[in-house]
Amino acid sequence: MDRSFCRIRGLTKAFGDTLVLRGLSLDLPAGQVTALMGANGAGKSTLVKILSGVYSRDGGRIEFGEQDFAPAGPAEAIRAGIVTVHQSINDGVIPDLDVASNLMIDRLAETDYGFFLKRKGLQRAAREVAAAMGIDVDVRRPVSELGVADRQLIAIARAMAHAPRLLILDEPTSSLSAAEAERLFGLIERLKAQGVGVLYISHRMSDIRRIADRIVSMRDGEISGVFEGAPLDYEGAVTAMLGHGLTEADLTPVAPGRPIAEMARIALRPGAAPFDLTLRSNEVVAVTGLLGSGKTALARTFFGLHRPAAGEMRIDGTPFAPEGPAAAIRGGVFMSAKDRASNAVVADFDIARNMSVPFLGAFSALSFISRSRERASAQDLIGALDIVCRSDRDGILTLSGGNQQKVMLARWLSRSCRLLVLDEPFQGVDIRSRRDIGAKVRGTARGRATLVCVAELDEAFEIADRILVMHDHSVTAEFRNSDIDVGAVLAAVTGPGARAA
Amino acid sequence: MSAEADRPAVAPVATGQPRSGLLDLAIRYGFLALLLGLVLFFSVFAEGFSGPRSAVFIFQSVAITGILALGVTCTLVVGGFDLSIGSVATSAMMLSAYVMVVLEMGAGAAIVACLLMGALIGVVNGLLIVKFKVPDLLATLGMMFLLVGLQRIPTEGRSISTGMTMPSGETANGVFSPFFLAMGRHRFDVVLDNLVPISVVFLIVIGILVWCFLELTRHGRLMYAVGSNERAAALTGTNVNGYKVLAYVISGVLASVGGMLLAARLGRGDIASGTNLLLDAVAAALIGFAVLGAAKPNAFGTAMGALFVGILLQGLTMMNAPYYTQDFIKGAVLVVALVFTFALSARRAGGDG
Repeated sequence: MDRSFCRIRGLTKAFGDTLVLRGLSLDLPAGQVTALMGANGAGKSTLVKILSGVYSRDGGRIEFGEQDFAPAGPAEAIRAGIVTVHQSINDGVIPDLDVASNLMIDRLAETDYGFFLKRKGLQRAAREVAAAMGIDVDVRRPVSELGVADRQLIAIARAMAHAPRLLILDEPTSSLSAAEAERLFGLIERLKAQGVGVLYISHRMSDIRRIADRIVSMRDGEISGVFEGAPLDYEGAVTAMLGHGLTEADLTPVAPGRPIAEMARIALRPGAAPFDLTLRSNEVVAVTGLLGSGKTALARTFFGLHRPAAGEMRIDGTPFAPEGPAAAIRGGVFMSAKDRASNAVVADFDIARNMSVPFLGAFSALSFISRSRERASAQDLIGALDIVCRSDRDGILTLSGGNQQKVMLARWLSRSCRLLVLDEPFQGVDIRSRRDIGAKVRGTARGRATLVCVAELDEAFEIADRILVMHDHSVTAEFRNSDIDVGAVLAAVTGPGARAA
Repeated sequence: MSAEADRPAVAPVATGQPRSGLLDLAIRYGFLALLLGLVLFFSVFAEGFSGPRSAVFIFQSVAITGILALGVTCTLVVGGFDLSIGSVATSAMMLSAYVMVVLEMGAGAAIVACLLMGALIGVVNGLLIVKFKVPDLLATLGMMFLLVGLQRIPTEGRSISTGMTMPSGETANGVFSPFFLAMGRHRFDVVLDNLVPISVVFLIVIGILVWCFLELTRHGRLMYAVGSNERAAALTGTNVNGYKVLAYVISGVLASVGGMLLAARLGRGDIASGTNLLLDAVAAALIGFAVLGAAKPNAFGTAMGALFVGILLQGLTMMNAPYYTQDFIKGAVLVVALVFTFALSARRAGGDG
């Protein structure tokens, strides 16, 4: 049997009274990419953390290369050849150090390195690693100056430096552009050819089609389906993961009402092509584009966090130039920011307190908060959004990513607004929650304009009546989301195209 | 799939981890149980410990520290830290003495001057931090040194008391107003004559006010939001900088109240007093993290933390423990409380990320 063959049998793990893994059995063959799918709470991240030595298992066996595998900690797992790139990018890099130190940090941590830094040698070795990964940056630059995509690639490159026998990638393309993802796929293929096993956690249909040899679906702490052989049965995998069939995103575009938010000759930054934009009542408009195309700048402009270089905005016909979030909220514009862990979740607060933050005034008299009214409102929203929790007093961090995101959405749905801006609402959200969120956003869209910024095209197709494509900080194409030509949208995303009807 | 075939019987779950219930209880009530145990222990072994007079003495000994600690708690809530409180308190002590003894003004003027000074220092601390982006520890450390020096300039480093000789050679003839002295010395008759000193009343009233403000009002809630995730708070339209400055203003004002109580108790502006205030107050606020498993700054915990240290020291004193063991004991209590807070509470929160 191959050295990299990983056999998992009857794996169990519980947290308190909650059984997270219920006797999970799984084979990870060498030289193959196994895609792992599972709704949030299915136990994916627990499985990954046991394999990478973060958690110890309660029961069951893991054999790795015909040896019993029970790492005492992450370092031991890495030495054994199981290397993990976690989803949170900043776990993988140290922003204050330069690229070379980041790439070689594990070498520095080894006891035989010696006391003094050997800067030249370090940089040379780092350049080799970077070149192999196709990372084109000066290795002397601090990581804090780099964009998300480069950081992600550096985190992955660091993992490569360990010569893994089993590489675990947790949603690795979530912050990569198409071209950068393609570089990563090229690398995975080379590793595959060398006999490295890859466990690839993702929900992206395009990623899985591109790279996976087999799909494993997880549900409620067990494997609910294994799909092998071309062509891969993606539908079957989703069904196994959800426990029910894949409902087509059968979306009936609504009749847009009168204009609510208007932008005239807006230039998001100096030198960017000015554009006009009208968001109408009842409709959901998705904005998509590559990383750095200006989606977030557009969202932040509406919320008073970004001052455009030129042009003007109107809400309901009256000029609108908010000085900051507080003014934007007063003007009827709400925004749910992207990257919820750093921009939205108040970690110390429970669910109810997280929901009420922007509108505490509505729950208080003479500044004193009525906790009962706050909780009643939270309970309503928990029901309306199907948030899985024990009560509204659960700490926000006890929820899965998808449910945390629902709480962040509930925060802004608790009051009515003129324009709701959602920046990357599907980031780190499983498929089931993604459907729930999409349905809720569409279901409540009457009477307001809704702008959703998404990186993924299929997310845009699922939620929007109209899809805008951005390029170089300008809106370059627009599509109605019915009988849509996917190819045309893709072409608009990857290169500046003509404004289609 | 083939793997299903040789799957063993599901292994027993949660082996040897009886933690959830018991640990939870220990985290929530451990510290209060310890406090109660301490009281019982001293009641049995320290003669004269149990009784209203001893209880009031403990309250009085922690009153000033407790008031300062409540101020520090407010800055901890917004994710900051105020190292200047000790020197704000001693500056208020010197200022009140200066106003009454040297300028020969009344108690009202002294009180207003001190409160204004506390608020002003809070504003300056806050602006240094939010406008000039000086890290909180450094800004308030700078302020601490500045005030330690400043409070000694008018008298060229001398303590202020009636009849003192000023640098100019004149004699200061003003006196502490009786009303002002009463703030530090008056005792109310409750059950027993002369039982409850006014400083204890100050502590309790301020404690309740700060607790209400932090726990019940939306301003307190938003301050916690700022401390937990500043960016998230800003993105919900919260005036983050405003709340940060407010926290330092509260801290400054409460520290000046503490300083006035100290001046009233001593009856002079004593430059050697109040050296322990900062560390004792910070210790009380940090011990407060452990109370009721809050794992965050909170007014009730701070009051309990101050009380805990007070009871411990009073009990040890009555059992004739030497004075130099006091700091050691305080340090040990602080370390244990911090372990409670960070190790145990963090473990409780562990789960499937």
